[in-house]
Amino acid sequence: MPTFSLTINNKPQTVEVEEGTPLLWALRDTLGLTGTKYGCGAGLCGSCTVHVDGEATRSCVTPVDAVAGKSVVTIEGLSQNRNHPLQLAWLEEEVPQCGYCQPGQIMTAAALLAQKPHPTDEDIDSAFAMNICRCGMYNRIRSAIHLAAKGQLPVKGGQK
Amino acid sequence: MDTGLSRRTFLKSATIVGGGLVLGIDLFCQKVSKQQTPSQDGSFNPNVWLRVDKNNLVTIIVAKSEMGQGVYTALPMIVAEELDADWNAIKVERALTHPDRYGSESTGGSTSVRTLYSTLRKAGASAREMLVAAAAKQWNVGAAECTTENGTVAHTSSGKKATYGELVDIAATLPVPDAPKLKAVSDFKLLRKKAHRTDTPSKVDGSAIFGMDVRVPGMLYATVARPATFGSTVQSFDAAKAKQVPGVKDVIQSGEVLAVIANSTWAAMQGRDALSVVWSKSEYENQSTETMWKQFEETAKSEGDVEKNEGDATDAFQNAAKKIEAIYYTPFAHHATMEPMNCTVHVRDGKCEIWAPSQTPQDAQREAADILGISVENVIFHVTLLGGGFGRRLETDYVAEAARVAKNVNAPVKVVWSREDDMKHGFYRPAQYSMLRGGLDASGNPIVWMHRIVGPEGKGLLTHASNPPYDFPNKRIDAQALDTGVPTGAWRSVGASQNGFVIESFMDELAHAAGKDPFEFRRDHLSTSPRLKRALELVAEKSGWGTPMPKGRGRGIACVSGFGSHVAEVAEVTVDSKNNIRVDRVIVAIDCGPYVNPDGINAQMESAVAFALSAALKDEITIEKGGVKQSNFDDYRMFMIDDMPKVETYIVESDDMIGGVGEPGVPPAAPAVCNAIFAATGKRIRKLPIKL
Repeated sequence: MPTFSLTINNKPQTVEVEEGTPLLWALRDTLGLTGTKYGCGAGLCGSCTVHVDGEATRSCVTPVDAVAGKSVVTIEGLSQNRNHPLQLAWLEEEVPQCGYCQPGQIMTAAALLAQKPHPTDEDIDSAFAMNICRCGMYNRIRSAIHLAAKGQLPVKGGQK
Repeated sequence: MDTGLSRRTFLKSATIVGGGLVLGIDLFCQKVSKQQTPSQDGSFNPNVWLRVDKNNLVTIIVAKSEMGQGVYTALPMIVAEELDADWNAIKVERALTHPDRYGSESTGGSTSVRTLYSTLRKAGASAREMLVAAAAKQWNVGAAECTTENGTVAHTSSGKKATYGELVDIAATLPVPDAPKLKAVSDFKLLRKKAHRTDTPSKVDGSAIFGMDVRVPGMLYATVARPATFGSTVQSFDAAKAKQVPGVKDVIQSGEVLAVIANSTWAAMQGRDALSVVWSKSEYENQSTETMWKQFEETAKSEGDVEKNEGDATDAFQNAAKKIEAIYYTPFAHHATMEPMNCTVHVRDGKCEIWAPSQTPQDAQREAADILGISVENVIFHVTLLGGGFGRRLETDYVAEAARVAKNVNAPVKVVWSREDDMKHGFYRPAQYSMLRGGLDASGNPIVWMHRIVGPEGKGLLTHASNPPYDFPNKRIDAQALDTGVPTGAWRSVGASQNGFVIESFMDELAHAAGKDPFEFRRDHLSTSPRLKRALELVAEKSGWGTPMPKGRGRGIACVSGFGSHVAEVAEVTVDSKNNIRVDRVIVAIDCGPYVNPDGINAQMESAVAFALSAALKDEITIEKGGVKQSNFDDYRMFMIDDMPKVETYIVESDDMIGGVGEPGVPPAAPAVCNAIFAATGKRIRKLPIKL
């Protein structure tokens, strides 16, 4: 079986998977990083969103071959201690319900904020055009992004 | 330990291993009783246990499934309130499923809080009284002189204080109060105030474990071959190519289940793609949405089983001053939980361990035991977090299937459904053909309501339809169910989702036929539904009902009782010159009686609106050649961020009977939007999904 070298959450990793294996399954099954979710397998729902060299990327339709040598960041590597401004905002606004899509939502938001620190509602609509939240927490996603963008980090939210 | 005491009166007290006070609650008499944990004797049915450790940690054991609706927060809040626990020192633990220890673990019908509210208050209050009694005993003071706050008992005049953890040993020796004193609402510190959810932290850093995320040492992965047509079974198969796929370990047949076993999910999926299967013919192979509607229409020409018959509806309709008739169509709808179905099972040594995102773990546990030919006690059942439920996970099919697979695999195995599997092999909200007849007297008062329903066999057709809340002296409701081959199930709010749409849309038609304002017409004919009327009045007030709307915009109203709660909604829509529909705002008023976490209710109302409008404004499930045509989120589209209206929720302050919250926000949303479209355009929507 071929091996692929890539950087995952700032750590060099070698993964041994068949060529063409989607990054999603390499992360989940081979490396045990189950925060990145399988939702559709077709790049339609956004649950599997990770960062590849800083870009929001659908890991379910990205073969691991295509990211060899690149830097991948998953929800587990977004912050050291659940303290990324978006995670704090997500806690404050109580965004998740079932929570299954939320790693993908947060990774999408993080890529957006990296490019546009103060996104407009239109920027958010555009960045999240392919992110499904079946629990319909869209208004909270939007308000949490705006809250994080303000840079006044809530510190109390959900510290349990 | 079997004491031989009756399960209804059995009370005992013990300190658990490691030191702590354990309470169980008798489900039947709702008395709080102490018992050793875990109870082996099965002599009574506690539904929640709370544990106070010596280190002051309060562990609240929840035996309901967390699927986003917030039970891991709301149920512990109830206990913590009466216990006067430190909310920041609470730990929530999901119980291992047990056939009867916790009562029903089934999580559906918006029942968790409303069935456990009183029980959990008593559980918390009883524990608090025992801890106070322990302190009073230790200090030799009167219990009435002691107060509690944040996990501490204090004696005011002497200044003595003790944490709950310091008191557990004495408390465990004390009798359980028969009737613990509950707090007055005005003394609530947690209930009816926003609480942060206990599960959110794990849901923002990727550490939350859903069924799909379960990893067991040595685990293999499986996919199952599924037919294109309902009712088809495996006739023969050729596994040669599948077995050549790298990573595929085996192809096994276990009963009717044909599975590919592999060392990764991807390999299992690739292996299944390479599998060649001949499927048996099915009697449903010519079934389609079109033929089904024709069958329904034909069937509706004659009366079915009469579910409700009050007055003389036929005569009243004949003699009505104004007669209104309409046909309504509601399509099949899918739950489409974000987490596809999955289940992990490990069969070994006459035992079995299961990890499943289940809404009905006891049923699944029993079914797995039957399949494996072992006793229920030998099925260790872990309920994981659920990546959405909405009723789909009240079914046990995906657990039973995984048990069949695991029976033939000498390792733990996770059966994973692809999105396509999930979309095409669900238990859909039944499609429904509704024939409505309504009549008004000369003054425009409603006098007769007739509703004929035809739909597929299965769950959820008649619920809600047989009891419209309005004052019609003459009512006749009948129903017929046909074998369509399409599996149906409970879809968030069940029959109220389609019947709420039908009833509230047709009420709007009657209001317009009567020349009355749709809000006033409803309000004036809700004499036997005071709580629904109050919610309706509140939503009218908060939405500015009656104020003018600009051209191209409209406001619609609807109200539905269900799951013990009463919900009214007003939708504001914009319809542009190209007939694009935009729902701008939905205002919700809910009377659910005593409530727990208002932000949780707000979230459920937002979620309910999105869920209902996704089905109303996006796609339907259609049947083609005996199977579901849709396969993924490109042809069964979901409500997205730019579709989402503002949602404003108002909770009626009420100490009436407690109601549920997870579902009752769904039914009024679609009719409120359709009625708003009528207000904006004059076009009446009688078929979902909405097309102009």
